Amino acid sequence: MAKDELEVTLTRLIQGDLSRRQFLWGTGLALSTIGLAACGGGTPTTTSGPVPVGSVLDGTGGLNIYGTVMIDATNFAVDDINKKGGVLGRQLKLTAFDAQSTNDKYVQYADQLMLETKAAVIMGGITSGSREAIRPSIDKNKQLYFYNEQYEGGVCDKYVFATGVVPSQQLSTLVKWTMDNVGKTVYTLAADYNYGHISSDWVKFYLNKDGGTLLGVDFIPLDVADFGSTLTKLQQKKPAAVMSLLVGGAHISFYRQFAAAGLQSQMKIVSPTFGLGNEQVVLAPKESAGITVAYPYFQELSNPTNQKWVADWKTRFGANYPYVTDSANAVWTGWHLWAEAVNKAGTVDRDKVIAALESGLSFDAPEGTVHLDGKSHHLTHNVNIAQTNANHGFNIIQTLNAISPDPQGQCDLIAKPDQHTQFTPSL
Amino acid sequence: MDQALTIVVSVLASMATLLLISVGLAVIFGLMRVINLAHGEFLMLGAYAVLVATRNGVSLWIAIPLAALAVGVFGLVVERLLIRPLYGRILDTLLATWGLSLVLVQAVSIAFGPATNGIGTPLGSVRVGGYSFSQYSLVLIVMAAVTLVVVYLLFTRTSYGVMARAAIQNPAMARALGIDTARMNMLTFGIGSALAGLAGALLAPVAGVVPSFGQAYIAQAFMTVIVGGPDVITGTSAAAGLLGGSYSLVSYFTTPFIGQAALLVIAIVLLRVLPQGLSGNWRTYL
Repeated sequence: MAKDELEVTLTRLIQGDLSRRQFLWGTGLALSTIGLAACGGGTPTTTSGPVPVGSVLDGTGGLNIYGTVMIDATNFAVDDINKKGGVLGRQLKLTAFDAQSTNDKYVQYADQLMLETKAAVIMGGITSGSREAIRPSIDKNKQLYFYNEQYEGGVCDKYVFATGVVPSQQLSTLVKWTMDNVGKTVYTLAADYNYGHISSDWVKFYLNKDGGTLLGVDFIPLDVADFGSTLTKLQQKKPAAVMSLLVGGAHISFYRQFAAAGLQSQMKIVSPTFGLGNEQVVLAPKESAGITVAYPYFQELSNPTNQKWVADWKTRFGANYPYVTDSANAVWTGWHLWAEAVNKAGTVDRDKVIAALESGLSFDAPEGTVHLDGKSHHLTHNVNIAQTNANHGFNIIQTLNAISPDPQGQCDLIAKPDQHTQFTPSL
Repeated sequence: MDQALTIVVSVLASMATLLLISVGLAVIFGLMRVINLAHGEFLMLGAYAVLVATRNGVSLWIAIPLAALAVGVFGLVVERLLIRPLYGRILDTLLATWGLSLVLVQAVSIAFGPATNGIGTPLGSVRVGGYSFSQYSLVLIVMAAVTLVVVYLLFTRTSYGVMARAAIQNPAMARALGIDTARMNMLTFGIGSALAGLAGALLAPVAGVVPSFGQAYIAQAFMTVIVGGPDVITGTSAAAGLLGGSYSLVSYFTTPFIGQAALLVIAIVLLRVLPQGLSGNWRTYL
C-alpha cells in the first residue's frame, strides 16, 4: 500500500520534470482512445476467421493464489473447445491479460478487450472488487461477460453471467450443516471488502433462519497477518463454530495461528473460502485438521466426467499439480456454456447468444450436471460439504444436488431485461 | 486472570513483531540515513531462506540464524554494488532500493513460483485456565528482547559500534583517525540486512511465505522507525511498544480494522506533537 502511494508521488515527481513529454503522451493517449472509440465496440463484425475472446485474471500479486489455477483452466478450456472444432467451425483466439491483483488494471484491460480486441465474450475477475470495477464499462459497452468465481451473489445484469456458487447455495448449506453438526453459536471473521461484508450479512440471514446465534463479526483488512487479538477474542466469546470468510495470502496465517494457539479442540472452523487459494496444500494437515467447507467442486469427486477431467488436467499441467479448485471448474463451465450457446444461436452476435444462454442450457461439468437459470443468469449447483484430510485434500461428507441460485426469485432478466443491479440480503 | 494473561501475551507478541521487523530498518534508515525501500524484500528473503533450509532437512532453530547470515551477506553485496555510490543522495537511494525491491519480488516469483509456501508453526500451545496461546509467540517475544539488547550493546559498548557511528556522523574526521569508513558502512549495512533476514525467518512459521511477504510489513516498519526518532534503537523499541501495543489492544476491544486505523492515528498525532519522534528529547546514546 505504501508502495502504491510512493509510486504516485514518484510518477508526479518525474512528470513534474518532464511536463512537455507528459503533455504529448497524454494527448497521444487521448487521440488513440478517440480513434478506438470511433471504430465502435462490442460484438465482432466479421463472420469468418478466428473468433476473438478475452480473459482478465490475476497471474501475479497477492491474488494469484486464486488466479494461477483459473488461468490454467482458461487455457485448458479454450484449447479443448478448439480441439473439438471451435464454435461454428471457427477457432477461438484468446487474448489474456494479467491484472496483477489491482482493480484499475482490470478496468484498463477490459476496456482494451472491448474496444481493441472486440472480444465476443470476456471472462474474468476474481474478487468482487474487480468484478464491480469492470461491470459499469461492461454495461456501457453492452459486452457479454462471464464471472467465473464463487461470490456473494445477487448480481442481476443482462450482460453478466455468473457460473460460481452463491450464498443461497453455499452458505445456506454450510450454516445448516453447522447448526446440525457443530453447534448454534457462530463468530464470523470476514475479509474487509464487499465480498466479506455482503457475505457476512448472508451468514447472519441464514443464522436467523436456522435458529443460530451470531456472537460477533470481525472485518479483517486483506494485509493483516497478525491474528493475536482475534484469537483472544474467540477464546473469550467461545463460539461453537468460526465462520471464516477470509481471503488472500496474508489471511492464511489465521489458520496457522489458530492451530498453534491450540484452539482446534475448542471450536470448529467452517468456511466458504478455505481451499480456493489452496490453503489446505500450504498448511500442514494437522494445522488444517477439521476445517469444513462447501463447494460444488472437489478434485476428489468420483463422477466419470471429473475422473477424466482431472486425468487430462494432470497430463497437461503435470502430475504434481497442487489441487484443482472449484474456481477451475467454474471457469471451465463458463467457457463451455458460452461455446454451447454460440453453436445453438448459430452466430456470435451478442443478443442472440444471450437469448441462447437464457433458453435453459445444461452442461456436464466436472462437478456434475449444471443448468443455467435463464432468469437470473446463474447456475444451479450441486453442493458438497467436505472436510480437510491428511493428504492435503478433502473428504466429502454430504452432497446436495441441484440447488437453485435464486430461491426467492428476485432476479428475472427475461421479464425485465434492463436490470443492472446487485441484490443484497435484507436483514 | 487467565484472560488477562492471554491478552498480555498477545499484546507483547504484537510489540515483538513490530520491533523485529523495524530493528534492521532502524540501523539502515535510522542510523545510516539510507531509505531502504527493499527492506520488506529483505524480510521476504529471510523467510525464503528459512523455507529452503527446512526443506533440505535443516532444523528450524538452525535455519533461522542461517537465514539471518545469508541475508546479511546479501546486504554486504547490495551495499558494495548499489548503495555505496549513493550515500547522501536520498532520492537516488530511494529509487535504487525501490527498483531492487521490484527485482527481488520478481526474481523470487520466478525461482519459487508465485504460490504461497509455508512452514508449520513449531512447538505447541500453552494452556492457562480457559485460555491458550501459542508457545511460538513466547519465542518471538524473547527473540525480540534479545535482539534489542544485543544491537544496543553492539552499537554503544563495542569499538566497532563507536567506529561505525563515527563513520556515519563525521566521515572526514573518522577517516582522519584512521577508520576505514567505507568498510564500516558496508558492515553496518550488512548487520541491518541480517536483522531484517532474522525477522523474516522468525515470522515465516506464523505467516504465509509469498513473494509479496514484505509488503504487509514495510509500511509499519518505516512508521515505527520514524515515530521512534533520532535515538534509533531505544526510540524504535519505544515506538514498537507503543504502536504494537495500541494496535493489539484496540483490535481486541474493537476490530483489527479499527486497530490498524488507531495505529495510524497515533503515529500521525505523535509526529504532530513531537516532530522529532518519540526520542527527540532523550539523552540516551542510541
